[in-house]
Amino acid sequence: MIGLWKKQDLLAFIIALIGIWLLPTMISTYTLTILVIYGMLGLSLGLIWGFGGILCFGQAAFFGLGAYTYAIAAINIGESTVPMLLAILVPGVFATLFGAMMFYGHLTDVYLGVITLVVTLILFKFINSTAGPQYAIGHARLGGFNGIPGFHTLNVPGRTDIFIWGDTLYYVCALALLVVFFFVTWLLRTSFGRIAIGIRENETRISLMGYDVRARKTILFAIGAAIAGLAGALFANWGEIVTPGLFSLQQNAEVIIWCIVGGLGTRFGPIIGAAGLAYLKFLLGQQTLIDNAIIMGLILVIFVLFLPKGLVPATTSLWQSIYDRWPVRRSGSRRRTRSRSATHHA
Amino acid sequence: MDLFFVIFVEILYGIASLALISIGLAVVFGMMKVINLAHGEFMMLGGYATITAVNLGINVFVAMLIIAPLLVGVIGLLVERLVIRHLYGRLVDTMLATWGLSLFFIGIVTMIFGNTTTSITTPIRGFAVGNYQINGYNFFIIFMACLLLIAIYAVLKITRLGLIARGTMQSADIAASLGYNSDHIYMVTFFCGASLTGLAGAIFAPLVGLVPTSGSAYMAEAFITVVAGGPSLIIGLLSGATAFGAINQIVTFTSSAVLGEVAILVAAVIILRLIPKGITSRFFKGKM
Repeated sequence: MIGLWKKQDLLAFIIALIGIWLLPTMISTYTLTILVIYGMLGLSLGLIWGFGGILCFGQAAFFGLGAYTYAIAAINIGESTVPMLLAILVPGVFATLFGAMMFYGHLTDVYLGVITLVVTLILFKFINSTAGPQYAIGHARLGGFNGIPGFHTLNVPGRTDIFIWGDTLYYVCALALLVVFFFVTWLLRTSFGRIAIGIRENETRISLMGYDVRARKTILFAIGAAIAGLAGALFANWGEIVTPGLFSLQQNAEVIIWCIVGGLGTRFGPIIGAAGLAYLKFLLGQQTLIDNAIIMGLILVIFVLFLPKGLVPATTSLWQSIYDRWPVRRSGSRRRTRSRSATHHA
Repeated sequence: MDLFFVIFVEILYGIASLALISIGLAVVFGMMKVINLAHGEFMMLGGYATITAVNLGINVFVAMLIIAPLLVGVIGLLVERLVIRHLYGRLVDTMLATWGLSLFFIGIVTMIFGNTTTSITTPIRGFAVGNYQINGYNFFIIFMACLLLIAIYAVLKITRLGLIARGTMQSADIAASLGYNSDHIYMVTFFCGASLTGLAGAIFAPLVGLVPTSGSAYMAEAFITVVAGGPSLIIGLLSGATAFGAINQIVTFTSSAVLGEVAILVAAVIILRLIPKGITSRFFKGKM
């Protein structure tokens, strides 16, 4: 267990703590909270797509599912600890069943994309049509396109009268992202994670080695969904309302754009892509000259055409090549730039 | 008897409209193996072109059948030259790039026309069958769907151009070694796909209130029809449209329109789970 951790993890941990501490001096914590939440959502897709090779066009479905689960459970239970756990559990279980249906049917790339997209659309259309009072779970009315407002937000476990909001919510979300990040780091270094990367590289070879590819992909898919569910629950606490827009195509597209821009096959890439683009969108939202969608669309097209590996891998390899060309190189062979086939989908 | 006739026409209409929505995507996906996620936005652009032209005083059928297809075809041409040309053979990357394009078009149209609903009146009047009223425009849609399917079949099967196109899609290298420029053929095919999509969007324009985001509704339906249809272009399109169109109309009649849409999506998931490569990968193999 100890052997799995490396020196740079400590460095990442310290930098992250300093970042969490310093960022509120530059950006308001209200905005930062949503950036952190989107970072977690980006990381969830980055895990299953970048490391597992599963192109899920419906990551927003799990995000929305987590948010709705939290809202419905919070109204019925009246506190936040159990709803939080449910918001992780329900998308996880849903993804296990859904993933098992797909992976045991040997669905790959485009067909997987179609099905995940279609399931998101089903959820979107269904939730959108539940405006009538007959659609209720316990005391919670689903509310159709108006969404569910007015649920019990995050409180200190065991004390339903002390709410976590404002600055405190930011720190809670940031710490949650840190925990998720190190969980993903740990997962990728276990044999499970290494085999998942192997499946991404060559599924047939791994299955011929005797590993059950279908079960492993299902589990990875479920873990990604659970993380997205947690992000959804935090989003519900931040926004204090959940709407069907969480399941929309727009939301789906954005998660994918974050991952492409940040860089697939890295852990930092999707987080940086998500937070960066969400902040850009926030800045763009303050002007009315150019529509947001134009910029987002152009960014996606340009990255696919010119920088398909994303920002983080591109910067790393740039840095690496500068380091290599440095005249006073230490003795030893030329450092090889590890070319990750991040955008490789066989 | 009247009810039976009305239901029959509605089912036919459901099938025809799905076929019409998917036809451009089927040409592009079936022949070039490119999934164009901006398909819905091409339809939306066709619709806006029609409405703008009609508001400028041009005859509705001229706007619908000539202006919209040409305009969207030219936009498609630009898209192919600038973006898609560089991504042939990279299925997932083309999906992502065209998704970006779809956002881009939504943004542009929102800026030009605003985020409001625009519409024109239906050019063909309805008539009564016994106690029921039928929309006369439904027959126009059924007619256009049949016409386009027959036209595509004829072009591909009879003309020399169709033969060259089919040959290039089967093996671009061999077509190139026989002296045909596959780059140009891809370009022309994409132009045809885009104009067909624009035409479909124009035909649907009088039926819907158009907003910049209305493309996404078409996109999902076209996408599942084509993918569930499978590798054969025309038979695949017909079988996908028949399956989903019939399911949609039957569920809509017995419950509600929303459930009808959900039923299509559920059916798509089941079909793709059972036959992942589409209906025509198992039935009607090798047909066009």
